[in-house]
Amino acid sequence: MRVVVDFDLCESNAICMQIAPDIFEVRDDDFLYVLEETPSEDRRSSLEESVQRCPKQAISIEE
Amino acid sequence: MRSSITIVGASLSGIRAAETLRAEGFKGKIKLFGEEERTPYDRPPLSKNFLDGEMPFERLSLISEEKILELEIELALGSKATNLDVESQTLEIEGIKESYDGLIIATGARARKLPNSDKIQGVHTLRSIDDSIRIREAFKSGKSKVVIVGAGFIGCEVASTASNLGLEVTVLETQHVPLCHVLGEKVGTIISDLHTTNGVELNCGVKVQEIQGGDHVEGVLLTDGTLIEADLVIVGIGAVPNTEWLENSGLTIDDGVCCDETCLAAPNIVAAGDVARWYHVGYGKSIRLEHWDNAAEQGKYSAQRLLHDEANNPPYAPVPWFWSDQFDRKIQLAGISSPEDEFEVVVDSPQEGRFTGIYGNEGKLRAVIGINRPRHVMQFKSLIEKGSSWKEALEFASGIE
Ligand SMILES: Cc1cc2nc3c(=O)[nH]c(=O)nc-3n(C[C@H](O)[C@H](O)[C@H](O)COP(=O)(O)OP(=O)(O)OC[C@H]3O[C@@H](n4cnc5c(N)ncnc54)[C@H](O)[C@@H]3O)c2cc1C
Ligand code: SF4
Repeated sequence: MRVVVDFDLCESNAICMQIAPDIFEVRDDDFLYVLEETPSEDRRSSLEESVQRCPKQAISIEE
Repeated sequence: MRSSITIVGASLSGIRAAETLRAEGFKGKIKLFGEEERTPYDRPPLSKNFLDGEMPFERLSLISEEKILELEIELALGSKATNLDVESQTLEIEGIKESYDGLIIATGARARKLPNSDKIQGVHTLRSIDDSIRIREAFKSGKSKVVIVGAGFIGCEVASTASNLGLEVTVLETQHVPLCHVLGEKVGTIISDLHTTNGVELNCGVKVQEIQGGDHVEGVLLTDGTLIEADLVIVGIGAVPNTEWLENSGLTIDDGVCCDETCLAAPNIVAAGDVARWYHVGYGKSIRLEHWDNAAEQGKYSAQRLLHDEANNPPYAPVPWFWSDQFDRKIQLAGISSPEDEFEVVVDSPQEGRFTGIYGNEGKLRAVIGINRPRHVMQFKSLIEKGSSWKEALEFASGIE
């Protein structure tokens, strides 16, 4: 699976980073960086939680 | 095994509950009733970039029609529940009786109104998409003197949006510092400075007597006799949970539907989102939140709770989190702060326009606020979740560059 972030929608509130810090990081410049674009299958549930809790619906998973 | 679960309230919490039921493998009928005619939509942009016209309507959608079909959710819009009988497990929807096996109450809240202001044109509250569209049109119609009653989060957001659009904005607030009952005086002052430096006229420590006007609003009369002229008034004085339809249900209603620590209001009935008041084991008291993240998460939790009705369900005890956008600032708060708490700015300073501050009492870290500091808010949120002490929080802060 592949993590896709729509950076036009993302407003860097970092909720995804709290849920999956190995995949998402909001740095001091206030931008979101995807650390792991193709996470392993065992990270699916955290990733799905990030998708759901992103208030901007900016994250999606491509299979 | 239940054959049908009914959800009342088709907004964030209700939709998340419906999606979760399917994700957890529920195969029975899911009926979702919503009073509004509009397909389910998201509310936060209504005071922000939907209000100023930047965000298109489609982007507010909470669920696509394809998804509703795919998940076999029987969605009935324009359908208001008017009664619930817990004994016989029946609801009344638009006069028609409906039985259920499991019920999720997600009827949210509505904007509180000022008495006797309904009939005066130009007086608005903001909760629905139609409210937002009406206010936006009024903004555009050359009605330039905008008065906002209440400097809560929504009042402050509308003030910021209106001011960005070049309108003349006055905010009336009863407290001597905006938001100080939640954020304390220091942070309240920072937010009030943000508004005044951006040209908003902030009038604190005043009480509204009444809204004046014949057909159309003319002004807001304060209890000290001052009349504040207005072409347009937006009332942002809080929200009231939608529980009237439950009055004869036998459920306990007290500023929300009262639930146990697992969001259960009665056997086979759970509540979620802005309407739910539940016992939070972490805080040792019952609370009700009006936050986006909670509405989404509690919707999910309550659906799981209904499906897994076991003796040892884990309690629902999240650290609350919300954000508010005002001017170019993103304000985020995690945890529960109180004006009595100790407060310390730990990174940067308010003068720089961005900072992180923490709240604590009894030696514990209780909350974190960030202005344009999302990363730190989430880091401290994790510390709050771990039950960190005030000392540990300060130590962590000193390690941040
Ligand atoms: C303008 C605005 C800006 C906001 N900004 C933020 C923000 O920046 N950050 C943040 O964290 N939160 C924000 N919020 C709060 C957030 O939107 C709410 O917490 C969230 O909408 C709550 O979702 P809910 O599903 O519990 O209730 P609601 O969204 O209130 O939905 C309840 C639904 O139930 C329906 N209903 C009510 N009674 C009945 C009945 N008897 N029968 C059938 N249907 C019924 C209602 O019509 C409504 O559609 C904002 C809210 C508003 C209004
Ligand atoms: S949760 Fe969404 S909006 Fe927030 S930083 Fe992550 S992708 Fe961006």
